Amino acid sequence: MVNYTDRQLDRTFAALVDGTRRAILARLEREDGASVSELAKPFAIKLPAVMKHLDVLCDAGLITRTKAGRTVTVRLRPEPMREAMDWLRRYERFWSKSLDRLAVFAESKESEARKKRR
Amino acid sequence: MTSVTLMRRIRARPSIVFEALTKPDGIAEWWGPDAGPVLLAETDVRIGGRFRVRFRMVDGTEHESSGEYLEIAEPKRLVMSWQWTSGGESDEGAEVSRIEIDLKPIDTGTEITLTHARLRTEVSRASHERGWAGALDKLVRHFAAEHAG
Repeated sequence: MVNYTDRQLDRTFAALVDGTRRAILARLEREDGASVSELAKPFAIKLPAVMKHLDVLCDAGLITRTKAGRTVTVRLRPEPMREAMDWLRRYERFWSKSLDRLAVFAESKESEARKKRR
Repeated sequence: MTSVTLMRRIRARPSIVFEALTKPDGIAEWWGPDAGPVLLAETDVRIGGRFRVRFRMVDGTEHESSGEYLEIAEPKRLVMSWQWTSGGESDEGAEVSRIEIDLKPIDTGTEITLTHARLRTEVSRASHERGWAGALDKLVRHFAAEHAG
C-alpha cells in the first residue's frame, strides 16, 4: 500500500511542486492543446525557462509534445494524474475490495446458519 | 480528502457480519485490497483491546495495520483506530486514523457503512514533506472533476 507505484508518483509530485508547471497543467486541462508560445504568454519568464518546465513535465509523463512544421503543440497526458488520484484513493480501494469480500463471506455464513436451523 | 465512506448491503444478519468483522478467521477471509492472502490476524475485541492484521498483496509486498478498539456495540457499531505498521513497530511518521463501522438491520440483511476518517493529517503531511503544499490535492481533485463526466 505504502509503496504503491512509488517512483512514478515521486516524479509526478516533483513535477507538481512548481507553481508555473501547475499553471501550465491547469491550462492544458481546460484546453485540448496549446503551442509553446501560447503557454509562455501569461508568464513573466522567458521562453527558454518555459521550455525547461515543459521538459520536466514531459519527463514525468504529464504532457506530450508534437511538432507540426514550426509549431510544437503541448497536450496533457492524464495517466500519471490518474495514478496520483489513485494513490490518494488507496483507502477507498482497500475498503471497497475488502467489503466486497466481507459480503461474500458473511453471505456464505448466513446460508450455513440457515441450513443448520432446518 | 479527509475521509472515505463506503456502504454495502449484505444478505446476512448483523450478528454474522459483526462476527466476520471481528473474528480472526473471519478477517482472514476478506481483509486486503486484492486477492493476496491474510498472513496474520489477531483481535482482542474489548475497549482498549487491539487488532493486528498482516496481509500480502498480489505483487508480493506485505503490509500490516493495527489499532485499538474504541467503541464496541455488538452487533451495531464498531470504532477503531488504524495505523500502518511494519514488523510490529509503527511506521515512522505514520498517522493514526479512525475506522467507524455501522451495521443497520434491513429486510434483506445488513446495511454496512464504513468510514475511514482523519486521513487528512496523513495526506497533508505527505504533501508537506513532498513540498506540494496542498496544491496537488486541489489540482488532482480539479482534474478528477473535469474527467468524471
